[in-house]
Amino acid sequence: MSTDAAPRDAGRGSLSDVVTSDAALRRFLQGLPGVDAVGLEARAAALGTRSIKTTAKAYAIDLAISMIDLTTLEGADTPGKVRSLCAKGANPDPGDRSAPRVAAICVYPDMARVAKEALAELGAGEINVASVATAFPAGRAAMPVKLADTREAVAAGADEIDMVIDRGAFLAGRYLQVFEEIREVKAACGGAHLKVIFENGELATYDNIRRASWLAMLAGADFIKTSTGKVGVNATPPNTLLMLEAVRDFRAATGRQVGVKPAGGIRTAKDAVKYLVLVNETLGDDWLSPDWFRFGASSLLNDLLMQRQKLSTGRYSGPDYVTVD
Amino acid sequence: MTERAMTEQPSQPSQPSKLFAYAPAPESRAVVDIAPSYGLFVDGEFREAAAGKVFKTLAPASEEVLSEVAYGDADDVDAAVRAARGAFGAWSALPGAERAKYLFRIARIIQERSRELAVLETLDNGKPIRETRDADLPLVAAHFFYYAGWADKLAYAGCGPEPRPLGVAAQVIPWNFPLLMLAWKVAPALATGNTVVLKPAETTPLSALFFADICRQAGLPKGVVNIVTGDGATGAALVAHPDVNKVAFTGSTVVGKEIARTVAGTDKRLTLELGGKGANIVFEDAPLDQAVEGIVGGIFFNQGQVCCAGSRLLVQESVQEEVLDALKRRLSTLRVGDPLDKNTDVGAINSAEQLARITELAEAGEAEGAQRWSPPCELPGEGYWFAPTVFTGVSQAHRIAREEIFGPVLSVLTFRTPDEAVAKANNTPYGLSAGIWTEKGSRILKLADQLRAGVVWANTFNKFDPTSPFGGYKESGYGREGGRHGLEAYLEHA
Amino acid sequence: MSTPDARSSARLSVLKTYKLYVGGKFPRSESGRVYEVTDAKSGQWLANAPLASRKDARDAVVAARKAFGGWSGATAYNRGQILYRIAEMLEGRREQFAAEVAAAEGISKAKAQAQTDAAIDRWVWYAGWSDKVTQVVGGGNPVAGPFFNLSTPEPTGVVAVLAPQRSSLLGLVSVLAPVIVTGNTAVVATSRNAPLPALSLAEVLATSDLPGGVVNVLSGNTAELARPLAAHQDVNAIDLAGAEAELAAELEGAAAENLKRVLRPGDDDWAAEPGLGRLTAFLETKTVWHPIGA
Repeated sequence: MSTDAAPRDAGRGSLSDVVTSDAALRRFLQGLPGVDAVGLEARAAALGTRSIKTTAKAYAIDLAISMIDLTTLEGADTPGKVRSLCAKGANPDPGDRSAPRVAAICVYPDMARVAKEALAELGAGEINVASVATAFPAGRAAMPVKLADTREAVAAGADEIDMVIDRGAFLAGRYLQVFEEIREVKAACGGAHLKVIFENGELATYDNIRRASWLAMLAGADFIKTSTGKVGVNATPPNTLLMLEAVRDFRAATGRQVGVKPAGGIRTAKDAVKYLVLVNETLGDDWLSPDWFRFGASSLLNDLLMQRQKLSTGRYSGPDYVTVD
Repeated sequence: MTERAMTEQPSQPSQPSKLFAYAPAPESRAVVDIAPSYGLFVDGEFREAAAGKVFKTLAPASEEVLSEVAYGDADDVDAAVRAARGAFGAWSALPGAERAKYLFRIARIIQERSRELAVLETLDNGKPIRETRDADLPLVAAHFFYYAGWADKLAYAGCGPEPRPLGVAAQVIPWNFPLLMLAWKVAPALATGNTVVLKPAETTPLSALFFADICRQAGLPKGVVNIVTGDGATGAALVAHPDVNKVAFTGSTVVGKEIARTVAGTDKRLTLELGGKGANIVFEDAPLDQAVEGIVGGIFFNQGQVCCAGSRLLVQESVQEEVLDALKRRLSTLRVGDPLDKNTDVGAINSAEQLARITELAEAGEAEGAQRWSPPCELPGEGYWFAPTVFTGVSQAHRIAREEIFGPVLSVLTFRTPDEAVAKANNTPYGLSAGIWTEKGSRILKLADQLRAGVVWANTFNKFDPTSPFGGYKESGYGREGGRHGLEAYLEHA
Repeated sequence: MSTPDARSSARLSVLKTYKLYVGGKFPRSESGRVYEVTDAKSGQWLANAPLASRKDARDAVVAARKAFGGWSGATAYNRGQILYRIAEMLEGRREQFAAEVAAAEGISKAKAQAQTDAAIDRWVWYAGWSDKVTQVVGGGNPVAGPFFNLSTPEPTGVVAVLAPQRSSLLGLVSVLAPVIVTGNTAVVATSRNAPLPALSLAEVLATSDLPGGVVNVLSGNTAELARPLAAHQDVNAIDLAGAEAELAAELEGAAAENLKRVLRPGDDDWAAEPGLGRLTAFLETKTVWHPIGA
C-alpha cells in the first residue's frame, strides 16, 4: 500500500493544487458530483436483495471473519477483557480450527500494548493491533494531545491507528484544518497504517461524506472509516456504498488505492454479506481482502461463526456453541 | 497488513468478480402449478374456443412449452362481449362500496399469491424474478388497492356529481408487464362500474388466466371480467365489436393507429398507451453515480422492453467520457441469465420475433456507423437473449435514435446547452417519458416545463405508482392511466 | 348593416373586404378565390369571403406552430388578461356583431343581440379559467415512496377547430376560447355559409394583444380545409364540431395517422354553461417526479 500522502496528478487534473489554500480545497470538495440520497439508498437496498447461497455464502462468511477488526472500546475495558478478546480473535471457533482469524484487534491506546503482547503469546502475530487515537471518539482535544495520543499508541505496538476527524472544523467549512490534522497524524503514525474516521452520523449528509472521503484520501489516509460506533447513526449500507464509490474514483484519479471500514451496528452475518456484496459489485476483486476492507465489530463474529457452523453441519447453531469473550 | 502493488491502470471497466462468484439462487418453480391447457374465461367459467383452436405459450428463457391456450376468434369475442354486456347492468348498479370490496378482495388475494404470480410471470415473460417480485407484483396489488378505494367516491373525482360508467370495456394489453398492464386496465374499469373483456398478449397469456382464478376466489360476479386469449386478430375483433363502449389499448404505435382508425366514426371512447423513445438527459452537474444507476435502470429494466424506457442517453459533452466510463464499468456488473435466479439483473427477450427486431435495429446501428459495445457476458444457449448494448457516436439521424427498439439497447448522443438538450429530446414523434439529471433545481423545472413528454423523471427514472397518472404526448398515445385521471377514461363526462 | 342596395341612403356606404387571418396578418387566399356569402334569410349578397385553400391551411398551421411556444409559455394570468381584453373589444363592437350574426344566421335582431352578448360573456368565463384549470385538473400525487410527484395540465399544441356551422359567433367562441385559454394555438375553419362574424372576430383578436398566429381564421369549404388539417402531421388535435357525421368519421380516421386528439361532434347547446369538457379535451397531463432527500 502506498503511504505517499502527496496525491499524484491524474484524472481530475492537478490534485496537489487543491490543497494549497482553504478556498481551493473548498472549491474542489464542493465541486465533487452531488449525491442524490434517494438514488444512493435505492441502489444500496437493491444490492441488499442479492441472494448469497451455498458456496458463495461460505466464501463470504470466511472472508467477513478475516476482515473483522474485533473491537472493544469501553470505559470498562481491562487487560483481562482485552486478552480474552485477543484469544477469541486468534481462535474464533474452538470447535473448528479451520475458521479464519480476524484481521485486527481494535482497542483504546492504553490497551494497545496488552493486545500486542497477548497476540504474540497466542502465536497470532499476524493479527494487527489497531488503536483508536486522537481523543477518540469526540476528537475534542488540542492538536498536541492528539499527536501524543497517536505516538503513544504506535509506541505501544499499534500497527494501525484509527483517528477521528474534527467534525466541528469540517462542518464549519475549515477543510484545510482537517486536512492538515490528518497529515500530521499520518506523520505521527510512522509505519502504522492510518484509518480516518468521519463519524458519518455527525456529518449528516451524503455530500459531506463524499467530501470527507476525498479530503481524507488527499491527506494520506490508508483507510476511510464510517464511524466510531458511539453515535446514533453508524455504518449503513448507503453511506458505506458512497465511500466505496469514493475510493474507486480516487484510485481512478490518482492510482492510489484506499481501504474502507464500516464500523458500528453490523451485527449479523446477513448484514456482513450485504456489505461484501456492495464491495464486490462496486469495486470487485481488488478490494475483496482484509488489506482493503474491514468490519469494525464485536458481536458480528459470533453470528458469522454460527452461520458457518450451520453451513458445515446443516443444523442451526445457538449461542452456547460459540464463545463469549 | 501486507503491502500490495498499486494498480496503475484502474480506469478500465472492471471485469466481473472472480473471487466472490454468486452461487445459483433459483426461485422455486414449485410454487406455481401451470395446467397443461387453458380455456377462455367467459361468463365466469373456462371454456374451449368455439372453433377449438389452441396455441402454445413458451418460456422465452428456455423455449420450453409452458401450456396450451385456447385461441379466441370473432365468435369467442362476441360471446365474451355478450357476457360482459349481460353482467353490466347488475355490476354498474351495485353500490360503489360493494364494488370496492370486491376490488379490495382481489388486491389481497394478489398479495397472498404474489410469489406464485411472480414466478409465473417470470416463466411466461422471461423477465428476472427480482423484477416480478419487487416491482410488478407489488405494483399490481397497489393498483387494485388504489382503485378499490375510488369505487364509492366517484362523485368526488371531478367527472360531475353523478358519474356513469361507459358499459363494456375492450382492453388489449402487451407482453412486457402482463399482469401489471392488466391491473392498470381492469382496476379502474371495475371501480367505475364497467365490465371488461380483456385480451392478453399472445406470448404472455398465463398471468391473465391466473387472474381469472383470482376473480373466482374473490367471488366476482360472472361476466364482469372475461378473458379471451389469442393474437392480433383476436384483439382486432374485440376492438371492432359493435357492442363495445370503450377501447383501451397498450402496445405499439402502429397498432394504436390502426385501432384509432377502427373506432373512428363510432361512439367508442378510446385511450392509447403506445411507444416511446425517451431521452435521459445528463448534465455535467448531475449526481453522477445515481445518474448512472438511472441510465442503467432506464434502459435495462425489463430488458429495455418498456415503452417509457430511457433509450436515448443525452449526455453533456463535457462529461461524456466520465459518464460512459462509469456506465460501461457498471454494465460489466450486470448479471444476465436465468430469470428465475434471484441475482439475475437482465433476463430473456420475450419472443423470437422481438429478438429479431432488436437484432435488426442493432445491426442497422452498426451499419449506419455508430459504435457498438457490450459488456463481456455469456448468453445461455437456449431461449431468446440479447446482451446489454450501448451505441456511441449516435446522431438524431440514425434509426437507433428514432425508432423504438424495445430492447436492451442504449443510444448515446451528446449536447452542449440546455436548449440543445431540449431540442434533441423533443425531436421525435413520441412523447412518453424523459429524464433529467442535474443538481440545479431551477434547471430541472425549466426542462420539465419544456419537455414534451407525459412523464418526466428528474434525478430518478422508471418510477411508477398507482396514484401517479401515466401516459403520452403526441404519438405515444392519449389518455392517462393511474391516479384520479385514470378514472376519466371509464366515466361519462358530465 | 349596409347593403349595396341601400339607395335610399344619402351616401354610398363603404364595404368591407373580408380577409383571412393568418399569423396576425389579414391576407387574401393564396388561391385568389372568393365565394359569395349571402344573408341567411333574404339571400341577399353580403360579401365575397375568401375561399381558403389547402395551402392557406398549411400556412396557418405554420403560423400556429410558430406562435405556440410564446403563447403556451405566457403566464396564465397574462392569457386570462388577453382573453378578457377580447371580451372588452367585442363589447365595443357589440352592435356590429349583432348585425352580422343576424344576417349570417337569419335570426332576429334581438336574438342576434343575445347571441353576441353570450359570446362576449363566454370570453369572460373562459378568461377566468386560465389560472384555475391547472389547480382543478392537476395536483400532487401521494406516491408510496420518497418522491415529490406533481401532475399539471399542459396545452396539446396546434389545434384545428372546425367551427359550428350554424352558430356563427357564439358557437365559434364556445369552441375557440377553451382551445386557446390553456395555451394551445388554433387554426379555425369558419362556418361555411356564415363566415363573416368569424372573419370580423379576427379583427377583434388582432386588436386585443393576442399574439399573431395564436388564432388563425380560414373561411371556405369545411371539407376542403378540414381534410388537410386532419391529415397534417404538425397538427396535434382537431375539434370536429363543424363536421357532419360522415365527414367527421373520415377526418377522425385521417387524424389517426399522427394520433391527433379528436373531439367528436356532439349536439351542443351553445347557450348552456360549457363545463370543462372542451378545456380538458386539448390538455395533456404531465407528471414530474423528483426524489425527496437532503
